[in-house]
Amino acid sequence: MNRRPGFLVYGLLTAFVLGSCAPLYWSFLVGSHSRDVLTKRVPPLIPGGHFWDNAQRAFEAVPFWKALGNSLIVSGTIATSVVFFSTLAGFAFAKLAFKGRTPLLVFLVATLAVPTQLGVIPLFIVMAKLGWVGSLWALIVPGMVTAFGVFFMRQYLLDAVPDELIDAARVDGCSMFRTFWNVAVPAARPAAGILWLFTFMASWTDFFWPLIVLPASNPTVQIALQQLQSGYYVDYSLVLAGTTVATIPLLVLFILTGRQMVAGIMQGAVKG
Amino acid sequence: MKAGSTAVKPVGDAGSPVSPTGGRPDIEGVRRAAWRQRLSRLDTLVSPYVFVSPFFLLFVVVGMFPLAYTAWVSVHDWGLLAGRGDFAGADNYRRVLEDRYFWNALRNTISIFLLSSIPQVLIALGLAGLLDTQLRARGLWRMSVLLPFVVAPAAVALIFGNVFGDRYGLANEVVQAIGLDPIRWHVDTLASHLAIASMVNWRWTGYNALIFLAAMQAVPRDVYESAALDGAGRIRQFVSMTVPMIRPTVLFVVITSTIGGLQIFAEPRLFDTQGLGGSDRQYQTLTMYLWELGWRVRDLGMASAVAWLLFLIIIIFALVNLLVSRRAGTLRGQR
Repeated sequence: MNRRPGFLVYGLLTAFVLGSCAPLYWSFLVGSHSRDVLTKRVPPLIPGGHFWDNAQRAFEAVPFWKALGNSLIVSGTIATSVVFFSTLAGFAFAKLAFKGRTPLLVFLVATLAVPTQLGVIPLFIVMAKLGWVGSLWALIVPGMVTAFGVFFMRQYLLDAVPDELIDAARVDGCSMFRTFWNVAVPAARPAAGILWLFTFMASWTDFFWPLIVLPASNPTVQIALQQLQSGYYVDYSLVLAGTTVATIPLLVLFILTGRQMVAGIMQGAVKG
Repeated sequence: MKAGSTAVKPVGDAGSPVSPTGGRPDIEGVRRAAWRQRLSRLDTLVSPYVFVSPFFLLFVVVGMFPLAYTAWVSVHDWGLLAGRGDFAGADNYRRVLEDRYFWNALRNTISIFLLSSIPQVLIALGLAGLLDTQLRARGLWRMSVLLPFVVAPAAVALIFGNVFGDRYGLANEVVQAIGLDPIRWHVDTLASHLAIASMVNWRWTGYNALIFLAAMQAVPRDVYESAALDGAGRIRQFVSMTVPMIRPTVLFVVITSTIGGLQIFAEPRLFDTQGLGGSDRQYQTLTMYLWELGWRVRDLGMASAVAWLLFLIIIIFALVNLLVSRRAGTLRGQR
């Protein structure tokens, strides 16, 4: 087949990838120049030597390390919880017969497209009643399950676990939970990893809900970024040095797991 | 199996009063087996519900209930600090619909949404077409186009806020280099929408290209071969065969980006330092308007009315997408 790409294809792709990298480079570039340079003109395209000073000032301006810790705790807990509950429910939907399975599944699929984010007001009222406003619980508890997660795991487990394997485990005297743990969980691992990654990312990058429930003193990374830019005068050397540092954790995650992310997006597209 | 369980019962009953020396372990064994069997049947019956219930309980409490309760809040006077007041009927809705900032926010939201979704889908389709060739280092290319996706919207907004600076911005530097007047990105309505849309486009185009790519790879290759034999060029093949064949996927992407795009918040909110969408709210979106009503004006009743209206708008947009695409489908079928 004559679908070997020529220079044009490579050229266009290269241009696109350069465009993808440019804003990140720009962020680093601005963050590496001193404030004095930036008040006069657009900085030169070669990095300056002030990146660490600027980042240091950013860490002093906002509780950056606390924000990083908070984001890790919240996103890690949410991702783990979503994966666990989704695998459990997804297994039941994919492999176990029970009364009401079909209507419950229809309900699940129907809610996939519902923008639950629009429920923030009652959620805030409830969090205020519980005294959780300002604490990480307000972020963690509402994020612990997603309809998408259950649907995603169900779709995967449908083919990944042969029914015979479940029957065999049952005949051997495994309880349902042990069957789940010993048969479904190992089979679910690839999909569970992908779900974990995307849930972690979604939680890490969330801005709207943390802005509502967290105070300036106890922020996540995104809220700390917002604080960097408050006030009438914006010191971009500080703001973008902070932004660059704040982007590093997800960049590292991307370098380590980018292949799985690509596979996850492409799989989800085929099945969903 | 079934016969066994009925037979066990009398033996067990008879076993308790008398204790024959040799028979006891056996009876115990049978009894235990019966017990285990009953347990196992209970396990089979109940476990599925136990497995799905944590999800449904939590989802109803944190997902569905708040959405429904928003309607209840929206028909009351409800202060952020004061809590529930009198029943207000449709009053909050009336006030929202009479507020010119609501219509302003609606216009801005739709404008930013169109400016971001249409170019995004088109570029993503083209990019997917480029990736759907026999590239060297295929995996690396695919990963590279996904890079922007891992940058949080808040970070994107700060970076682009600088690039589109009104005075010392990279964008204006380029604009001036080609001999035009600098653009007031944070003042002019359309310019600000373009800047905000470019943030969305930058972050999501590669992601959507991968979705399209997956669909394109499912298109049987011999289709291309016969088209090539008919003399159709690469681009012709792509536009009149590949794209129509992945139409369901395009629709999927359009609908998901509608649901997300109409709720856009972080990008316009962080485009300037005030967070209200510009000096004259040139880029205040509906979600920003909702936030302002709820947590600045502290009127949760009105904010809830906005949430419900936004919910309706999203549904209408999704339905329009569906209808348009179905119509396009039947037209193509007739041709």
